[in-house]
Amino acid sequence: MAEVTKLIHKYLRHDKKFPHVWCPGCGIGIMLGALIRAIDKCGFTKDEIVLVSGIGCTGRLPVYVDFNTLHTTHGRALAFATGVKLANPKLKVIVVMGDGDAVAIGGNHFIHAARRNIDLTAIILNNSIYGMTGGQYSPTTPYGMKTTTSSFFHIEQAFNISELAVTAGAPFVGRGTVYHARLLDSLMEKAFLKKGFAVVEVISHCHTQFGKLNKMGTAVEMMEWQRDHAVTVEKAAQMKEEELKDKFRIGILIDKELPVYLDEYEKIRTGSSGSGDRRP
Amino acid sequence: MTTKKGIEVSIAASIAAQLARVEVVAAYPITPQTHIVEHLSELVANGELEAVYINVESEHSAMSACCGASAAGARTFTSTSAQGLELMHEILFIASGMRLPIVMATVNRALSSPLSIWGDHSDIMAARDTGWIMLFCENGQEVVDSIIMAFKIAENRNVLLPVMVNLDGFSLSHVIEPIEFPSQKDVDSFLPPYKPLYSLHPDKPVTMGAYAMPELYTEAKYAQETALINSKKVIIDVMAEFGERFGRHYKPVETYNTENADFAFICLGSINENISTAIDELKSNGKEAGLIKLRLFRPFPKDELLAVLKDKKRIAIVERAMPGGAANSPLYNEIASLIYANKLHITLENYIVGLGGRDVHPEDFIDVFDMKIAAKKDNNNYNVIGVRE
Repeated sequence: MAEVTKLIHKYLRHDKKFPHVWCPGCGIGIMLGALIRAIDKCGFTKDEIVLVSGIGCTGRLPVYVDFNTLHTTHGRALAFATGVKLANPKLKVIVVMGDGDAVAIGGNHFIHAARRNIDLTAIILNNSIYGMTGGQYSPTTPYGMKTTTSSFFHIEQAFNISELAVTAGAPFVGRGTVYHARLLDSLMEKAFLKKGFAVVEVISHCHTQFGKLNKMGTAVEMMEWQRDHAVTVEKAAQMKEEELKDKFRIGILIDKELPVYLDEYEKIRTGSSGSGDRRP
Repeated sequence: MTTKKGIEVSIAASIAAQLARVEVVAAYPITPQTHIVEHLSELVANGELEAVYINVESEHSAMSACCGASAAGARTFTSTSAQGLELMHEILFIASGMRLPIVMATVNRALSSPLSIWGDHSDIMAARDTGWIMLFCENGQEVVDSIIMAFKIAENRNVLLPVMVNLDGFSLSHVIEPIEFPSQKDVDSFLPPYKPLYSLHPDKPVTMGAYAMPELYTEAKYAQETALINSKKVIIDVMAEFGERFGRHYKPVETYNTENADFAFICLGSINENISTAIDELKSNGKEAGLIKLRLFRPFPKDELLAVLKDKKRIAIVERAMPGGAANSPLYNEIASLIYANKLHITLENYIVGLGGRDVHPEDFIDVFDMKIAAKKDNNNYNVIGVRE
């Protein structure tokens, strides 16, 4: 067995959880691989990780891994995770969500977790559609695309998840694709080590629903689309706006230092926020 | 001109909404409701239904948008299941309190946790007292007919309340059944366009949902409750008119073989078909059992139930929801209170079945009849059929 496979097997639950529910060719497996490699590289123990998820294809991920896992309701993963982190700040809390989970039904939790800067890692797999329920349009379905609820073309504009996170105040935001698996490893590693709310958006494909409806071909062809449309942040900085029109940036979009919620809370609690004045 | 075809019940439900000429549909995808709203979005996109369809960002938003659309005077439809229904919970009260005649197909499914996508009634039982009229369906034909009738009931000016049409997830929503569809012309003549009594319109501004001080709130809720109780008459009239026009006759409480038996089952939804099969099997062995099907659950059809119950000796109340710490399951509690208030002497038994989509077999009901599943001695208790302790 290849070393990398051995590593992944170390973190999987081998009792009664397989075969998994994902379609052959789905990008979630690549994201899971990156997540495991990054966790292993960071040196966290299995028991200090809490993996929280909501509902949907991505929401199934915690079922397969041997960490503390919390499978919650659609859209509420970040709210549950906030409670976990507040109750035991020593835990490394990682939240995995899909685009519908994170920015539709759970959109409010997402912007407020970013604004509050609570020490959580949010991994969001963006495949532009609700895959599990049959291919309805989501908030990241691009304008003009077909879904089962936009039979001719989609008339709404899409959220840009990473930019939304930056604007909402997240101090770390990275974007990768399942094609650029090594970049994904490093983005996740940085996100896990970041103090504060860290977001990694993973651009993936749903060839079963989105790809089929929009004639985008097989999983491989959709991954080639990712290869051809992703531009690194460094390269994009050298390009003109016109050249970037149908492209998206990958890499670290923001990495800044901001006061972290629990540190600030601790200052208030211990009265160390200043000269006896409770205001910082 | 009616047409009869073999069709998935979910698709048939959306065709019923199309025949009712719904004008706004706001929904959020959740299994097992998705086929209903997906097909509606196709009908709208194909120009076969002159309506606006929006896939909003949550069920909370879906019911809120439906309230807005209905308040602005549109005939409004949506559908949900399980967690979606609970997320709508807050707005369910707004819809009934504002007297908005929204129709919703609720595809009944178990609630998390543990996560389950399969059918039971834990979702609707948690939403049963939200002021909505509630109908339950046994088969696909009832789903289609109920959706068409629901608009006529809801929009009646003596009612003006939202109506929920309940159908069991998967065991009804995803099966293919032969269903007869009335023609558009006949539905149009049965169900004329919605003319709201009040609507949000610049020519005649109104306020809806305004603040009610303690000296007004009770009266507002009493008026709403009275309208809900009195809606039963309209429901009976609409069912009768539907029967005259379309030849399929419905009643708030329907029975099967009750005239021959002093024992009867009472149940909601598609399990009634399994019970009917069990009753036929019992009959072929010279045993008589009856079935009382509640087509109407809210308002609770007390008089109609009493008329059937009064000469019964033993009743088995079969339900697809846990009591949640109550003395018994919800339907049992209501029937027990009805029996007590009317001083009837009937032995009541309470059976919980089919949670989270677990199969329920006619043999289970034969065992109930034969008392092979030991009925609890204490009437204030229930039996969970087939549970492994």
